[in-house]
Amino acid sequence: MMRRRIVAEYVVPALTLVAALALWEAATYAFKIPRFIMPAPSAILGEGWEWRYRFIHHTWVTLYETLGGFALSIAVGVPLAVLIVYSPALRSALYPLIVLTQSVPKIAIAPVLLLVVGHGEFPKVIVAFLVAFFPVVVDTATGLAATPPELLDLSRSYRASAFKTFLKVRLPMALPFVFAGAKVAITLSVIGAVVGEFVGSDAGLGYVILSATSYWKTELAFSSMILLSVMAILLFGAVSLVERFTCPWLAPAGEE
Amino acid sequence: MIRLDHVDKTYRTRRGDPVHALDDITLDVGENEFVTLVGPSGCGKSTLLKLVAGLTPATGGAISIRGQAVREPFPDVGFVFQQPVLLPWRSVFDNVLFSVEMLGLDPRQYRKQAGDLLELTGLGGFETKYPRELSGGMQQRVAICRALLPDPSLLLMDEPFGALDAMTREEMSLELLRIWEERRKTILFVTHSIPEAILLADRVVVMTPRPGRIARVLPVELPRPRTMDLEFDPRFKTASDEVRRLIFAPRMATR
Ligand SMILES: Nc1ncnc2c1ncn2[C@@H]1O[C@H](COP(=O)(O)OP(=O)(O)OP(=O)(O)O)[C@@H](O)[C@H]1O
Ligand SMILES: [Mg+2]
Repeated sequence: MMRRRIVAEYVVPALTLVAALALWEAATYAFKIPRFIMPAPSAILGEGWEWRYRFIHHTWVTLYETLGGFALSIAVGVPLAVLIVYSPALRSALYPLIVLTQSVPKIAIAPVLLLVVGHGEFPKVIVAFLVAFFPVVVDTATGLAATPPELLDLSRSYRASAFKTFLKVRLPMALPFVFAGAKVAITLSVIGAVVGEFVGSDAGLGYVILSATSYWKTELAFSSMILLSVMAILLFGAVSLVERFTCPWLAPAGEE
Repeated sequence: MIRLDHVDKTYRTRRGDPVHALDDITLDVGENEFVTLVGPSGCGKSTLLKLVAGLTPATGGAISIRGQAVREPFPDVGFVFQQPVLLPWRSVFDNVLFSVEMLGLDPRQYRKQAGDLLELTGLGGFETKYPRELSGGMQQRVAICRALLPDPSLLLMDEPFGALDAMTREEMSLELLRIWEERRKTILFVTHSIPEAILLADRVVVMTPRPGRIARVLPVELPRPRTMDLEFDPRFKTASDEVRRLIFAPRMATR
């Protein structure tokens, strides 16, 4: 059983990927596609290897912006959701504002923000945060509001304070929702950081993509893109891992 | 101990139309008395229990416990809901401790009793499992342990054995009677099962629906301690025929 699963989950996708890459490599030679239009995988890999030391710096910058935006989105999003759920007055005051920030395309905000906040990594952190915090607020608020009324009755029957009920009942109940929001937020943070870099920067993987394409160095743009998606996947995996440890009751039990 | 004086309850649904759940309920429950409530679905049994628990306000009449008007939940009252209502992120053991924790007591001092209760209800060995790894009946037993742990002097139980199979149900009934006889408490117990209502009770409250009313309060004149053998006692049969007649008579009449 175990071996069947490993084959299905890892071996088959890996083989498919290798086959696709081989086909791609062959096609670029067979049809003599110019390297600035569609570089061969081997050329992308080679260029990436050339750039390995410089990439460390750029990856670090983008990672820093992404994590900064993500951390802010949790630090602001979760308390905001709590306020919205607990205070109807604040809900009617804040919800339209939050939705408004979402209706403005972030790419449109970015240049203005950079004008206001200046250069460096901080404005990108802000862009990443603006892109990422919405799902955190919405999912956390949904989770907090979804506490079964019977659980609240139970808590009330013990005359527990509202704060104790929040801490011991509502927050843990909402935790899976918070993580659902966080998983979306981490991927959106990557996008936000790159958008910020596109608008104006001198470092980061987004910056590398932009400047590489303007010099027709498509291999470099591709290797930067690959790094970026690997980073996004790893970050997503990290959040899922934290979820597995924080919410062990969600793991399917006894089905191994 | 509990006094309900011409109590009325009308729910307002979200659309605004009223549901008359309880009509003119007057009932006295004595200290250490075991009273069961029977009646068809929707006759307001759960509502009555929630009113006594202070979880929902009455729309008419007065409710008091030991002479004090019920406006909010009282201390020293345990509630077993119709569903188990467990916390999915807590193990069975920690779910049992939840009651003392929420009451502000020190859970460390209740660990041994929690283990004993789980053992007593046949859940020994399941302490570290999560609720969703248990059957419905087992979950309900966890909820019963949770309510019993702080040893409340008043227990409000809403079909606590509803999710159990017939055999476990009998076992649990006798176990509850044993606990009640040992630790003297007042129990208000809702059930769908007429034999269960009679087996457990000092008095059976028979209710009829639309709106929920008390049809009759029947004293049960059977000796204690009670055993399953009582079901063959002629007095048992007389009592259950009487309850059945009270429940079904109004339906026959409207036909
Ligand atoms: N929160 C509520 N809002 C509106 N109506 C309600 C609410 N709770 C109960 N009711 C109504 O009150 C009536 C009595 O409900 P209740 O749950 O007390 O019945 P019950 O006797 O416990 O039924 P069952 O045996 O099926 O549990 C029903 O008609 C029900 O629709
Ligand atoms: Mg009910």
